[in-house]
Amino acid sequence: MNTIKYLIAPGLLVLAIACAPDKPVTTEEKNLNKSAVEAITDPTKGIGAVKNVTLNTPLEQDRVKRGLAIYEMKCLSCHRLDGTRVVGPGWKDVTKNRKPEWIMNMITNVDVMLEQDPEAQKLLELCLMRMPNQNMSIGDARDVLEFMRQNDGEK
Amino acid sequence: MLMVPVVLASALLWQSCKPKAPASVSVGDAASKAYVAPGKYDEFYNFVSGGFNGQMSVYGIPSGRFLRNIPVFSEDPTTGYGYSEETKPMLNTSHGYVPWDDLHHPALSTTNGEHDGRWVFGNANNTPRVARIDLKTFRTAEIIELPNSGGNHSSPFITENTEYVVAGTRFSVPVGDKTDVPISTFKENFKGFISFISVDRNDGKMKIAFQLKTPGISFDLARAGKGPSHGWFFFSCYNTEQAYTLLEVNASQKDKDFIMAVNWKKAEEYIAAGKGEKVKAKYAHNWYDESTHTATSEILTEVLQLDPALLKDIIYFIPCPKSPHGCDTDPTGEYIVGSGKLAALIPVFSFSKIQQAIANKEFEGEFAGIPVIKYEAALHGEVKKPGLGPLHTEFDGKGNAYTSFFVSSEIVKWNVESLQVLDRVPTYYSIGHLSVPGGPTKKPWGKYVIAYNKITKDRYLPTGPELAQSAQIYDISGDKMQLILDFPTVGEPHYAEAIPANLVMPNSVKIFKLEENKHPYVALGEGQAKVERKGNQVHVYMTAIRSHLTPDNIEGVKLGDEVYFHVTNLEQDWDVPHGFAVKGANNAELLIMPGETQTLKWKPLSTGVFPFYCTDFCSALHQEMQGYVRVSPTGSNVPLKFSTGKIEDETNGAGL
Repeated sequence: MNTIKYLIAPGLLVLAIACAPDKPVTTEEKNLNKSAVEAITDPTKGIGAVKNVTLNTPLEQDRVKRGLAIYEMKCLSCHRLDGTRVVGPGWKDVTKNRKPEWIMNMITNVDVMLEQDPEAQKLLELCLMRMPNQNMSIGDARDVLEFMRQNDGEK
Repeated sequence: MLMVPVVLASALLWQSCKPKAPASVSVGDAASKAYVAPGKYDEFYNFVSGGFNGQMSVYGIPSGRFLRNIPVFSEDPTTGYGYSEETKPMLNTSHGYVPWDDLHHPALSTTNGEHDGRWVFGNANNTPRVARIDLKTFRTAEIIELPNSGGNHSSPFITENTEYVVAGTRFSVPVGDKTDVPISTFKENFKGFISFISVDRNDGKMKIAFQLKTPGISFDLARAGKGPSHGWFFFSCYNTEQAYTLLEVNASQKDKDFIMAVNWKKAEEYIAAGKGEKVKAKYAHNWYDESTHTATSEILTEVLQLDPALLKDIIYFIPCPKSPHGCDTDPTGEYIVGSGKLAALIPVFSFSKIQQAIANKEFEGEFAGIPVIKYEAALHGEVKKPGLGPLHTEFDGKGNAYTSFFVSSEIVKWNVESLQVLDRVPTYYSIGHLSVPGGPTKKPWGKYVIAYNKITKDRYLPTGPELAQSAQIYDISGDKMQLILDFPTVGEPHYAEAIPANLVMPNSVKIFKLEENKHPYVALGEGQAKVERKGNQVHVYMTAIRSHLTPDNIEGVKLGDEVYFHVTNLEQDWDVPHGFAVKGANNAELLIMPGETQTLKWKPLSTGVFPFYCTDFCSALHQEMQGYVRVSPTGSNVPLKFSTGKIEDETNGAGL
């Protein structure tokens, strides 16, 4: 059985409840408040709710299948599966170059990543197009990650 | 010596800058009361009828900020409403496609007589219809046409739990098989109809539950009873003279017209007992499906009618002075305020006295077979000399009423129990309706009264003969009303309602989920983008995402073809619409929300290469979001092909 764990910061939930009725605090603002701490923990994992991802071998084929479907609907417009950069960078070898947490945080917390994560900012300077928030859950992002692993030749 | 003329001249000049400037300028802390700091939200949404623009606009109160224009009965090139294939059915009627109407009154849905923030209804005054707008999306969700109506003015007022939306005709008209009749046979052949439209508690779906066949008179406004008077509805009536020409004179002969009291629970009993008559009719019912992003129009052919002249105890008339306009029930449900447009007093009727009068048969006679209750028997009392031309009244929940006076151009505050006038303020100028947040409900929020004026004149910088329409906000939290802000409105504001932001804001939809998009021509991802030919129809399944359209090179379209651009916005983030327009389209743009699919039909009239592009500035490379479609002569052998990002030299043609 798989043993994937997502450690979601409890602070997020507390902040969500404490939203001022006058104007809701945006996700970005919430994360801004706690990002400094996270950045210290492990900068290579990016910034966001995903703290620790366990990868399994062999690949989970259900996830790969779902990840492919999500890719086709929400990612394909800008990302090719080889190394070609179109709007965004090609995905070849992304799982070798980035930590799984970084990838999933980039997908699910893109606005904060583009504001604060140095690696994400480098990509923005290169592509000059902010990666859109495609309204993906952490589960969705995990499926996409599994598909990326397959795309990088893992079995 | 020299100084004097200079001073005089400058004084004159200063005066002549704004010759008719109103003496009363808002003073003191007025500015801070209307000030909402940048980035902060208003306390109330204000839903304002657009009048002859056929739309409804939304403002923030107290800042008067314009937030949104909701297309309802009129085409809107800005959003593509009425131009896209998906929205065209919304404007279908028994008269075919009607691109315009005149929207006078919004009505916010209620539960237990209080605002519930689910829907706002609006009436079409010209081609009689009622629309329901969903406050999750701020879009028109449904429109139903009203048969046997000559102009839907007395509408869309609602019952305590939104059981019914009513629709009373302004014009009585000949109906049934006998419609081609001399106008002079008005009394014999013309009938007034009141429709009761039921509203489904769960999904809001509207249906004409029944129509009441009433004498040939005109209905102006209406309000439902509430609390003790729940189960009743009150309509103001004019032209009880039954005139059919020069109504200005001929319908103003009598000292009193009527308030019509309708016992709709009684009508329900008659229907349950099988007393209703199914009558042939023809009317359209249109609704928008949020999962297919597409409207459907059906034509219905039957309506259930009741004849209150035969079925007793459904309606009663109450005499009311001089062509009443407003007909407003107070928050307790006990008092009904009639506002005679030509009267110099305001009668206030008592629901309990009306019930007593009916029980004791205190009638002064009949009108067209309907009992007329004695004026004094129904009367709580009169507000004496309140002003000239009372039009409409709302309430603050503290026992006070606020009545607009068109002729004397003022708002008058008075106490409902004691009938004493407490305060008056001028409006600039000629106020029509007014609105207190929650004013027509059991639980008014008070705080402000907003005046919707008919004349603006010198209040704003002149813009030629056609001027901004005007609304004004008065603070009513103290004993004295205080003008705190003027704000311009679009269209012509008639009635408006205001609701606390926190009842609407949390439900506001941010995106449409791609996973839930069931549009038959959706492209769920760029891999599904394609072009298909079906006879002379060419269907383009196009996707839009920052910052390209796919496909962006299309060839093989021929003269005589009808091209359908089905554009799916693949974005899933808030506030990232994409637009779509193609050169020469006899149409408008599409504005496609994230996750939505919309279709533009284009019939090219000449050969050539036609550019298309995204019309909504979406990113730094928005200007690059563009493409070409090639149109060849009829019968040419250019193959159908499409692509994005393929270079001709590499592919030997644009095909994927």
